[in-house]
Amino acid sequence: MNAMAMGLESAATSSVLDIRDLEVVAQPAGQRILKGVSFSIAPGETLCLVGESGSGKSVTSLTVMGLLPKGSLTVSGGSATLEGDSLLDAGPARMRALRASRMAMIFQEPMTALNPLMRVGEQIEEVLVMHRHKLGAAERRQRVLEMLDQVQLPDIERIYASWPHQLSGGQRQRIMIAMALILEPKLLIADEPTTALDVTTQQQILKLIKELQERHGTSVLFITHDMGVVADIADRVCVMRHGEVVETQPIEDLLRRPRTGYTRQLLTAVPSLRPRASREVTDREIVLEAIELEKRYGERSRWQRFVGKASQQTLAASDINFALTRGRTLGIVGESGSGKSTVARCVMRMIEPTAGGVRVLGKDIAGLGRAALKPHRKRIQMIFQDPFRSLNPRLSIGTSLIEGPVNYGASKESAMAHARELLELVGLPGDALDRYPHQFSGGQRQRIAIARALAMEPDVLVADEAVSALDVSVQAQVLGLLDDIQRRLGVAVLFITHDLRVAAQICDEVMVMQKGVVVEYGPAERVLGSPAHPYTRSLMLAAPGRHWDFAAFRPLADAPIDDASVVVSSGP
Amino acid sequence: MNTTASDTAAVMSPRLRLWPRRRSAWAVVVAAVCLALIVVIAILAPWLAPHDPLEMSPADRLKAPSDSYWLGTDAYGRDLLSRVLYGARVSLIVGVGSALVAVVVGLPLGILAGFFRGLDAIVMRVMDGLMAIPSVLLAIAIVSLTSANLWTVMTAITIPEIPRVVRLVRSVVLSAREEPYVEAAISLGSSLSTVMWRHLMPNTLAPLIVMATYICASAILTEAILSFLGAGIGTETPTWGNIMSEGRTYFLIKPSLIFWPGVMLSICILSINLLGDAARDRLDPRLQKRGGMQ
Amino acid sequence: MFSYCLRRTLAAVPVMVVVALFVFLLLRLSPGDPAAIIAGDMATPEQLDRIRETLGLNQPMYLQFFNWSGDLLRGDFGTSLMSHLPVTTLMAQRLEPTVSLALLSMALSVIIAVPMGVIAAWKHGSLIDNAVMSLSVLGFSVPVFVIGYILIKIFAIDLGWLPVQGFSRISEDGVGAFLEHAILPAMMLSTIYIALIARMTRASMLDVLGEDFVRTAHAKGASEKRVLFKHALRNAGVPILEVIGTGFALMITGVVVTESVFNIPGLGRLTVDAILSRDYPVIQGLILVTSGAYVLINLAIDLSYALLDPRIRYQ
Repeated sequence: MNAMAMGLESAATSSVLDIRDLEVVAQPAGQRILKGVSFSIAPGETLCLVGESGSGKSVTSLTVMGLLPKGSLTVSGGSATLEGDSLLDAGPARMRALRASRMAMIFQEPMTALNPLMRVGEQIEEVLVMHRHKLGAAERRQRVLEMLDQVQLPDIERIYASWPHQLSGGQRQRIMIAMALILEPKLLIADEPTTALDVTTQQQILKLIKELQERHGTSVLFITHDMGVVADIADRVCVMRHGEVVETQPIEDLLRRPRTGYTRQLLTAVPSLRPRASREVTDREIVLEAIELEKRYGERSRWQRFVGKASQQTLAASDINFALTRGRTLGIVGESGSGKSTVARCVMRMIEPTAGGVRVLGKDIAGLGRAALKPHRKRIQMIFQDPFRSLNPRLSIGTSLIEGPVNYGASKESAMAHARELLELVGLPGDALDRYPHQFSGGQRQRIAIARALAMEPDVLVADEAVSALDVSVQAQVLGLLDDIQRRLGVAVLFITHDLRVAAQICDEVMVMQKGVVVEYGPAERVLGSPAHPYTRSLMLAAPGRHWDFAAFRPLADAPIDDASVVVSSGP
Repeated sequence: MNTTASDTAAVMSPRLRLWPRRRSAWAVVVAAVCLALIVVIAILAPWLAPHDPLEMSPADRLKAPSDSYWLGTDAYGRDLLSRVLYGARVSLIVGVGSALVAVVVGLPLGILAGFFRGLDAIVMRVMDGLMAIPSVLLAIAIVSLTSANLWTVMTAITIPEIPRVVRLVRSVVLSAREEPYVEAAISLGSSLSTVMWRHLMPNTLAPLIVMATYICASAILTEAILSFLGAGIGTETPTWGNIMSEGRTYFLIKPSLIFWPGVMLSICILSINLLGDAARDRLDPRLQKRGGMQ
Repeated sequence: MFSYCLRRTLAAVPVMVVVALFVFLLLRLSPGDPAAIIAGDMATPEQLDRIRETLGLNQPMYLQFFNWSGDLLRGDFGTSLMSHLPVTTLMAQRLEPTVSLALLSMALSVIIAVPMGVIAAWKHGSLIDNAVMSLSVLGFSVPVFVIGYILIKIFAIDLGWLPVQGFSRISEDGVGAFLEHAILPAMMLSTIYIALIARMTRASMLDVLGEDFVRTAHAKGASEKRVLFKHALRNAGVPILEVIGTGFALMITGVVVTESVFNIPGLGRLTVDAILSRDYPVIQGLILVTSGAYVLINLAIDLSYALLDPRIRYQ
């Protein structure tokens, strides 16, 4: 017994963070959120905590920081020690002293994580004010500037005096990192720090964390849902599900030889970055066509110019041309602000294009008035990103499904019968008709939204980030469903996504957009397989885990594109 | 954007953090009972009142409470208790009437303003202007231009309340019209009226119910203030404000002339406000942000 | 920032135009002869004719409005029916008591209400929170004159500490005498304002305390006090300022009632006198002036957002 206790003891002291049998319950119901979580992190190590939503990975990190929401979540058992100091027994003052100085945390949303009314330099400096009382003002400022330099921000004097709203998401995350590491803590907890960022920015931030980690010998607890990120940065991986640790393994072992079915399933669900083989063209009829489409925002009125309102005119999309044939899938790929959603919404006539044409089955709908548009609307239907907001919560599923057909003159009875068939087509029981959206999960709601679109018997489906809000396993199912439907019904799909893996798996053609213009357009196999444009290449290069074929449990024999052949460039 | 946003959000969302935030249930029960009692009093006043509220008896001026006058009498020898009981009638009619009319007028205006941008500019400028006129002064002006009776007083009280309804409905519509399910309805070929009444309007109901209770309370208060200032319904009708207005002169001799109607008025408004708060907590936690009554 | 201020200021103009138009139409569209309303009940037909002539009531509406608003802009608000003095003169005489009382009450309210709201939000769900919220509902619900009479009964009659009625101007009797007379009216006037501001402060603070950057501050190891006052309160500031502005309407109502209860010779008292004598030109002038004050105060508050929030400053 003594020997065992001593063994545990030494394990605890040699690791930076040691978590044993951690249990957290939700108040007041007493529902168990964490059910005995154990893992430890060695000095300088990166441990990735992976899991789908509801796995408890964020709760684990908040418990370590002592930031669990008061009153709603409480620790009910286990231990968490930081370099031998128990975190669960520490009082509030002790915890405050530990934060930032020995453990620090960065969060998912850099846009909201900084105080909007304080200059970013002062926000970093505040850490020194609170934890290093002896430092003088000049010295503090010097330390902050050094730190800004370390996180590779340009023009540090200017950045120091900037307000958060003047910085981009990536820059704000760098500020957060500077704030977290300025006291050289032993442990950095990063909770999905790159999830809200574009891939190229994500790659830079991951690289930065890695560099600083090596420089300061920091241990990193990295929380993510993205297997690609895990493959790129982890030393060891801890897979969580429903508040329990499923397995913990060094990264190579986990990716090659997952021990549990769940990990295997997670890995298999990751779409490959290698584009699928192109499908045969069966039908050459063009169902959707964009001709020199343009959307310009924020034209100032004479009045606005008079009162000096700042010009915020932006060309959200310009000179967009594409043609989509029956039964095919065209992917529009790009980072945030690329204009891909603008194109989708123009095509749907949710917003009015400022120039150019949109032809649905040969008929230009760009300039049609409300009444003239109506017969054409039914030809083109949309699936939205957020399944929790795309169904009216007050209407039963049946009512939502028949709304469209009834608008076009179907009788309620026949529309309802058709709706029942459609629900079965998307893999839901027919009795779902009488239920309400809140009774379904996100994936199920997305199926319902697909059924609602199909009820109109459209020729084109526009899917705007339709699987981005879903867990990777659910995402795989919904993508499979879309593929199946396309095969059966011959509907064409315009698929908007920021995720190159998804695009590679579902698209026949791909159009890459950057800052409102198309930089590359062609068959998926060519655009994603051997990109011609530097921007497309930089996107492919930035895709996390691109050397790994997750579903096959081995590295890709030949990476999709070669690092050496690429000249990274930011402009088209 | 991602799979774990919801997971973190669920943990950190202010709602989870701030729940449970329910004022003790007993306060709501007491408020409901009080309000029910006042409604009963208003309806049954002719049967409950021991005297005719208008009957003057010069011999019994400013009497102390006795067996025949439980709360004493006023300066004209009228029974205070009977007058206070009758006073509930005007208050409730004005409160409920103003709330209903304000909602009936404000709801369509708000929905249209939220939906049509051109109309929005005009409607909201008018509403801003109306909001800028202090409601009691506006009511005073209206009453002073017409003869003061129940209807003009109610109109005068209701008009300044309408902008609040319009603004509330409009803000709800503006945020609801961005919801994907509204866009979905448009792409399903639904007509404008379907979109407005089936998809947008139901979102406004919960906040409207809450707003209506606050308007009810505020209308009762304004009526009492108008009566108190002598700009309300004529003194021949017993209202709580009128009784207090007449009692001012005798405040030093007989404070109960102000005390009893004041207590009834306060209990009535307090009950309605408490019920409004409870409705808000149940129906629409977001409305908290607007701080309720304004 | 200049452009923001310019836009805000220009946006106040249509509001004032709507107010003027409304007041104008109120008289013209009310049932009854405008001339008779202006002249009062005792007017002879000749007087009525003369009034129609001077008011231009025979001209088309738009011309009438044009002339009328021109008069307003020149500072001509008409003549009182009772005293036959210009309305502007009457109002100028009554300005000081009202303004000094209103400023005192506003200061008192903000000083009391904001800390109350902050503490309630911080100790959310606790006894203190419940007490603050209950007091706030009470403050909304008890009519302002009832509160006034309760205060008079306790502090002036039973305890005899303060005068029952009356007023002393700072300009004539000094600050001490002013405070002695103004303290009870100010307390009466502040009640509803305190309730409103405390409630809004609490709600706004609760909102902000749920924000990500507050979590960041905690993660930095900031103390509760620092999080509350350095990070949260300033961010909660815009809604609080906003409610101070919109709540000014309550203040105007309160002034009318308070001055009537305490017999203070201010604008509120003038209003009550005008109601009793049906002196419409005076009522009209008071509406225009108080609405103008409301618009100006809210404009000042709008402009102060720019000081508070850099995002507005750099627009």
